[in-house]
Amino acid sequence: MTELSAEQKNFLHIQKRHRRVVGVSRILILLSFLFIWEFTANTGIIDSFIFSSPSKIALCFWELTLDKTIFLHIGVTLYETILSFLLVIGISILAAIALWFSRKLSEILDPYMVVLNSLPKSALAPLLIVWLGANRTTIIVAGMSVAIFGSILSLYSSFISVDPEKIKLIYTLQGTRFHAMTKVVLPSSLPAVINIMKVNIGLCLVGVIIGEFLAARNGLGYLIIYSSQVFKMDWLLLGIVLLCIMAMLLYTLISLLEKWCGKRY
Amino acid sequence: MELTTEQILELKSICYAYHNMEGETRALADISFAMREGEFVAIVGPSGCGKSTLLSIIAGLIKPEKGLIKIGGKYLRESTTNIGYMLQHDQLFEWRTIYHNVILGLEIQHMLTTKTRAKAHELLDTYGLKQFENARPSELSGGMRQRAALVRTLVLEPDILLLDEPFSALDYQTRLRVGDDIGQIIKKEHKTAILVTHDLSEAISLADRVIILTSRPATIQQTLPLIFDLEQDTPLNRRNASEFKHYFNLIWKELNEND
Repeated sequence: MTELSAEQKNFLHIQKRHRRVVGVSRILILLSFLFIWEFTANTGIIDSFIFSSPSKIALCFWELTLDKTIFLHIGVTLYETILSFLLVIGISILAAIALWFSRKLSEILDPYMVVLNSLPKSALAPLLIVWLGANRTTIIVAGMSVAIFGSILSLYSSFISVDPEKIKLIYTLQGTRFHAMTKVVLPSSLPAVINIMKVNIGLCLVGVIIGEFLAARNGLGYLIIYSSQVFKMDWLLLGIVLLCIMAMLLYTLISLLEKWCGKRY
Repeated sequence: MELTTEQILELKSICYAYHNMEGETRALADISFAMREGEFVAIVGPSGCGKSTLLSIIAGLIKPEKGLIKIGGKYLRESTTNIGYMLQHDQLFEWRTIYHNVILGLEIQHMLTTKTRAKAHELLDTYGLKQFENARPSELSGGMRQRAALVRTLVLEPDILLLDEPFSALDYQTRLRVGDDIGQIIKKEHKTAILVTHDLSEAISLADRVIILTSRPATIQQTLPLIFDLEQDTPLNRRNASEFKHYFNLIWKELNEND
């Protein structure tokens, strides 16, 4: 290892300071937000009945932890989100493959896909309740409905944007269209698959919460809608905080998957 | 041009046109030529005259609208002759290592055996890529990538090699060296080869015969055998030979008569 030059040391020092400033500022914003909230609620500047306060939310979380109901709510929402997410990814990959194999099919279905994609999916939820009943299937289908059409469209467009010369190479090696799919299109679309995963995990969560608002007996969406009806603002805000944390964790999980794939490919 | 058993490739009045809603573009009109085994033919012509189309037809990627192709005395469809095709860009896949790129064709044709794997390793070794077997394509220089692409073609043991401007994406220096390299590899392996290029000096330094095409729709304007009186007939030696300039001017004149 060679001795670092003064300029290099200086550069590294500046970079380190930059990172520290960013990190500390992030934590400061969170802490001052919590402090101002708590302070104003305690001194009566804001009505703590309506706005609650960090300490009340924490206390509420502790109570619900003790009677274990909070784990049920988190678990149900997490299960529904992950299941609808996996179904969306699986189905949209299969659908995009089918569309890629048949240009006719994709051209025929194009206007339908565009309409279904731009439709506000929350409008479908009441319909789903009538068709499927007020149960978990409805919630999972609602979660899927938000994400699926967009992800089929974006996967398909990434499939058809593969360099045609790469596909020609497969044919020069006496490969078939099937080989073009498995050896070129799928591997080169891996970044696109990860990208739709990142978008879809959030969208599925949105769909599942919409579903739980309308057709659930448990889950975080149910907790939020129920507490707003009985005016338990502590519960409501706790539900939102837990959703924030859940969304962040799920997104982090996919980022980890992306890093792992990046190392392998 | 009479048919003998030696003729590995024969084209008879090949015609081809591209169609779209605006109309048709005639690319090839009545192309006929034949090749002996082990011969190296270069095809030159004005850009966009359908040179690449011709290679795609010989490789069986597209069907000619008229005319017939015989390979090893059999019609293209029944022929068992192996045709290797090298594209303009190496098209190595970044998600595979160099070794896995090289065995792509074997994988597709279900020919992965201990023997063919050993052959792949051996070819990589011969062409100076042994220590890059597990590297990603982006870690290699342009010349090394092109050699890896050649190994990917050679490992399938093609009887006929089609080269579609394989050096045009390289910078000038690398291009001379790789052209020299690959030319000698093809000679050493006694491959029949067709090189499509717009670089006249490349064609003259590599080929036994140059076919000059007219502009679209392409027909054969002239066929010019290249004879060099050299002890060691390598591409670089050819570039320094006195005949080189002569042939260059000859082809240059032919091409410009086109316009």
